[in-house]
Amino acid sequence: MGIRILKSGMLTTVQDLGRTGYQSQGFSVAGVMDVRSFKIANLLLDNPENEAVLEFTLIGPTLQFTSATIIAITGGDFQPTVNGEPVPMYTALYMNKGDILKFGSARTGSRGYVAFSSYLDVPVVMGSRCTNLKSHQGGFKGRKLKADDYINFRIKRRYLPFFLSRKLDINEYDQEETTLRVVMGPQDDLFSKQGVETFLNSEYIVTSDFDRMGCRLEGPFIAPKDTSDIISDGIAFGSIQVPSHGKPIILLADRQTTGGYAKIATVASVDIPKLVQRKTDHKVRFQPISVQEAQRLYMEELKELDEMRKIIHQPCKEVLDCRLVAKRLAKLFES
Amino acid sequence: MQKNIRILTAGDSSLLVEFGKEISPDINRKIAATVQLMKEQHIEGVTDMIPAFCSLLINYDPRVIQYDEIRERVQSIVKIDAKAGAGRKKVFEIPVCYGGEYGPDIANIAQHAGLTEEEVIQIHSSRDYLIYMLGFLPGFCYLGGLDERIHTPRLANPRIKINAGSVGIGGSQTGIYPLDSPGGWQLMGMTPVKTYDPDREVPILLEAGDYIRFIPIDEEEYHRIKEQVERGEYQCVIHEGEV
Repeated sequence: MGIRILKSGMLTTVQDLGRTGYQSQGFSVAGVMDVRSFKIANLLLDNPENEAVLEFTLIGPTLQFTSATIIAITGGDFQPTVNGEPVPMYTALYMNKGDILKFGSARTGSRGYVAFSSYLDVPVVMGSRCTNLKSHQGGFKGRKLKADDYINFRIKRRYLPFFLSRKLDINEYDQEETTLRVVMGPQDDLFSKQGVETFLNSEYIVTSDFDRMGCRLEGPFIAPKDTSDIISDGIAFGSIQVPSHGKPIILLADRQTTGGYAKIATVASVDIPKLVQRKTDHKVRFQPISVQEAQRLYMEELKELDEMRKIIHQPCKEVLDCRLVAKRLAKLFES
Repeated sequence: MQKNIRILTAGDSSLLVEFGKEISPDINRKIAATVQLMKEQHIEGVTDMIPAFCSLLINYDPRVIQYDEIRERVQSIVKIDAKAGAGRKKVFEIPVCYGGEYGPDIANIAQHAGLTEEEVIQIHSSRDYLIYMLGFLPGFCYLGGLDERIHTPRLANPRIKINAGSVGIGGSQTGIYPLDSPGGWQLMGMTPVKTYDPDREVPILLEAGDYIRFIPIDEEEYHRIKEQVERGEYQCVIHEGEV
């Protein structure tokens, strides 16, 4: 009971919120790029907040189910189909034994997520099921998935209450321009006044140098006062590093733990998903906010997720329809 | 020194404590002591800490603790004269088989220094190196204090694969490769000790603030220790004392 990978897609990995607590030893956190889509996928299935999912990039995988389960698909729109029929995203979906779930290329966004009610059975390594591609650790054999890989489920879980209510009307990643709110620092004082102004008032373009480690932007030169080389220090998720070439690099899930370039600002946690869902040539601007404001936005997003949780736990009018109920019951007995 | 300490904002989930702008054992000891105090005081919501040469990044969960509060807590911790509680020095003996196929670049190092290979080994293994920080790769230690006489530029053409356990010199730094990796350091020897072993209960052997002492061994000894390591029976010799 589990899933077989028929086609791997471009970069499909098992991820959760990452391996925290070991950065002092040189281990990258890894984990999902788009924390918001990840949380919503698990929320739709009443999964634990940190349950492992599949993350895929630009071209999605094709999976076959060897047992029944319930899934939820979130993130960019990879035009998912089940046995050739389009299926909705942000919705709990029954999968039967033998069903083939196919993702195409990303119509919107660049990263997609699929969560499973039966939980992926990969070992917990140092507190996490996420894949660290650099140290070949965790996830499925420490690497990206390829055709013929088989991942077991940990449990049988084919029933969820309020099933028909488990859908959300979300379409977040169809714009090509975005403004990222940033908290200035820690080393904004190493840039000239003009450099900081350039950073905050210019449009930057996402280049093709964009992977799980980081996103390089192209645009106007951000001038340091003297040099942007610093004595290596720790790096946070969303740190915006500006090396001497003057172009920002935003450090993401697979970032190295430490680095030797000045960091002009850090992307607010709530806006990191907006960045990681961009594609090459998309445009990005920066807007400074206070750390308190960034934290307020973060708490607000948590409230929004709580609201979603309430919505999907309300009885749905459709359950009063006998034919729908019969159809659902029939599905349960099929397998 | 206290007045040079700055607490900087690194986004909505991290603080960067800057203890100075130079690489010095004093600053590094202060950081190690601060990490220790942070652990002892156990601030709810701190998720991870990354000590570096002269700074400490503290990651926290703003759900549990918010900026103003954690800043205040950290402020009061860095004010404590930390040296008092952290005067212990832990030195790990790392056996190294120098030269030959174990250290194919030792001749380069010797030639660059104008010394014999024996002198290079003697210099390299005659002092304790402070582990300033870990980073770059799991378990990779940034060591301070390499004797200037054996500073050697990196290889012009980096190797595609350097085996785990290789000991080398890159510019003014020396260190051990914890896992197979590309790299441009001049390789001078190999240790049978695994500084990183994902299957071991404690995968990473060394911590920032510890010291390393390289102990020259011959090939026979290398294989003997390697077998013990494979069986999980090898224990590094550790000396403990006052700083």
